[in-house]
Amino acid sequence: MNILVCIKQVPDTTEIKIDPVKKTLIREGVPSIVNTYDTYALENAARIKDQDASTQIVVLSMGPEQAKTALKECLAIAADKAYLVTDRAFGGSDTLATSYILSEAIKKVEELEGYKFDAIFCGKQAIDGDTAQVGPEIAEHLDLPQVTYALEVENSEEGFKVTQQGPENKQIIAVSTPCVITFTQPDFEVRYPTIRRKMAANKAQIPNITAADLEGSIDLTRCGLKGSPTHVKSTFVPVHDSNIQFIEEETLEEAGAKLANILSDEHII
Amino acid sequence: MDAMTKDLWVFVETKEDGSARNVGLELLNPGKELAAKQGGKLVAIIIGNHTEAAISAAGEQDADQIIVVNGEEFAHYNTDAYVNAMEHLIKKYGPTTLLIGATSYGRDLGPRLSCRLKSGLTADCTSLDVNEEGIMEWTRPAFGGNLMATIICPDGRPQIGTVRPGVFKKQPPVENKAEVITEDFHVAQSDIRTKLLEVIQEAAEEIVDLEGAEIIVSGGRGVGGPEGFQPLRELAEALGATVGSSRAAVDNGWIPYAHQVGQTGKTVAPKLYIACGISGAIQHLAGMSGSDYIVAINKDPEAPIFEVANYGIVGNLFEVLPALTAEVKKLKG
Repeated sequence: MNILVCIKQVPDTTEIKIDPVKKTLIREGVPSIVNTYDTYALENAARIKDQDASTQIVVLSMGPEQAKTALKECLAIAADKAYLVTDRAFGGSDTLATSYILSEAIKKVEELEGYKFDAIFCGKQAIDGDTAQVGPEIAEHLDLPQVTYALEVENSEEGFKVTQQGPENKQIIAVSTPCVITFTQPDFEVRYPTIRRKMAANKAQIPNITAADLEGSIDLTRCGLKGSPTHVKSTFVPVHDSNIQFIEEETLEEAGAKLANILSDEHII
Repeated sequence: MDAMTKDLWVFVETKEDGSARNVGLELLNPGKELAAKQGGKLVAIIIGNHTEAAISAAGEQDADQIIVVNGEEFAHYNTDAYVNAMEHLIKKYGPTTLLIGATSYGRDLGPRLSCRLKSGLTADCTSLDVNEEGIMEWTRPAFGGNLMATIICPDGRPQIGTVRPGVFKKQPPVENKAEVITEDFHVAQSDIRTKLLEVIQEAAEEIVDLEGAEIIVSGGRGVGGPEGFQPLRELAEALGATVGSSRAAVDNGWIPYAHQVGQTGKTVAPKLYIACGISGAIQHLAGMSGSDYIVAINKDPEAPIFEVANYGIVGNLFEVLPALTAEVKKLKG
């Protein structure tokens, strides 16, 4: 089985702080990580490879040259091969343009590797943008079935049995291959790289896929800022208007009782 | 594609029993004003099987028109059938704007549909407006709630956005004056490439309805351990509330993920949110700051949770909660 895992290098959003004076994001010193949800996609691919050692796992990312650090991390964990999609012409792409470029790059990787992917695994969403759009959009560009919010997958005769987190309950969905599956947080932990794999990954040469490599198939008017239907009009740091009433009494017990009375008087409870 | 009308559509997602999920009905409320600003009708789109309850609920939320697609293939949400049906409706009727609730199904449908229509989608919005040119302005959190971004889609039609459940409130029911159009559209089984094999029924006590809760009593790191949730449960029981938690408590294994409120958990907007031992990381605030009233109980007077709270007590929650619970019981008689 051949699995492509799409990953994104993102700032660790739990480490982002706000400049209290300028009210802007402080990005300096924020570590870059492999998007958390993408690590669940990679772990699920690795679990399939645990069962069937002939499985090939290829990781693909779009971003600047430094995103190779993230790809190397995936090589160290479980991937066999990595490609980086990178070109100035792709900068400023929204999700529709990004998914279009990735879908063209996936076809290119298939051509280079000489086989078709049975499955494309993605994280449910990236923790910086939180859109959850790129996975389903890749599926649409490639005309593949999709399953989102997957917790884990199991091989079956026709394809996969996917345990999906539905709105109320977990459910099992059968999907034929080839397909796109996007993953949310499973019950199990993701594996760590071994020292040996880490050393090999550090030395790995990761090929670039540029606009020139996709010439003939890609329509550059659908890429980058100009090819994006959505535009960011403005950004701002959320401010919360504080008009808090602190309840201060002799003891905390009295404060608790007072709180109950206030909530009751105000008809909140 | 160009919009043929100035209508604003709200996709009213249905459950397996054919009734409407709340978020679709909630969106009809802001939808009315936005549709008026765009100069078109407010249209509810209902896809499902045996959808009578959803249709009358949408009418009572003041939809001008309801377009219905019924069929067995739509009884349980699946990407192919729903996207094909939506594509058919949009190409036939040409709305200018489409709102979808950001449920797990809405977030599956939205991107697939917008990609097919080659139009723009803004995900997980928390605020909506129409500018002078009649273009939607979609506002959404990014970077884990640290930043808000306002997104526009100047040319693609329809402009599509998914909106978080609980951000808007339903209005009291009005007289149903909606015109109902039933569209005869079906999707062949062979065009549906996924199949629901099994729904894993969870035990009733494991189902946590945070999004529908009127009051939430939520615990964080300050709760200290799994047993620390006990006084919260007692308060919740006295109030008829649901127990929530911050990510820290879930990550520590003190309480299951189903209770988690915040950027990576549920977005909630209850009437009252009582945050106990929760510092108020931005990711948590992103999931609960829309609550009508917020109470914060925390040892640290500098905790950011106090910046969004209406009432605060600085101190040990284990001293505050039993007294609060006792007084609530007394007041409720």
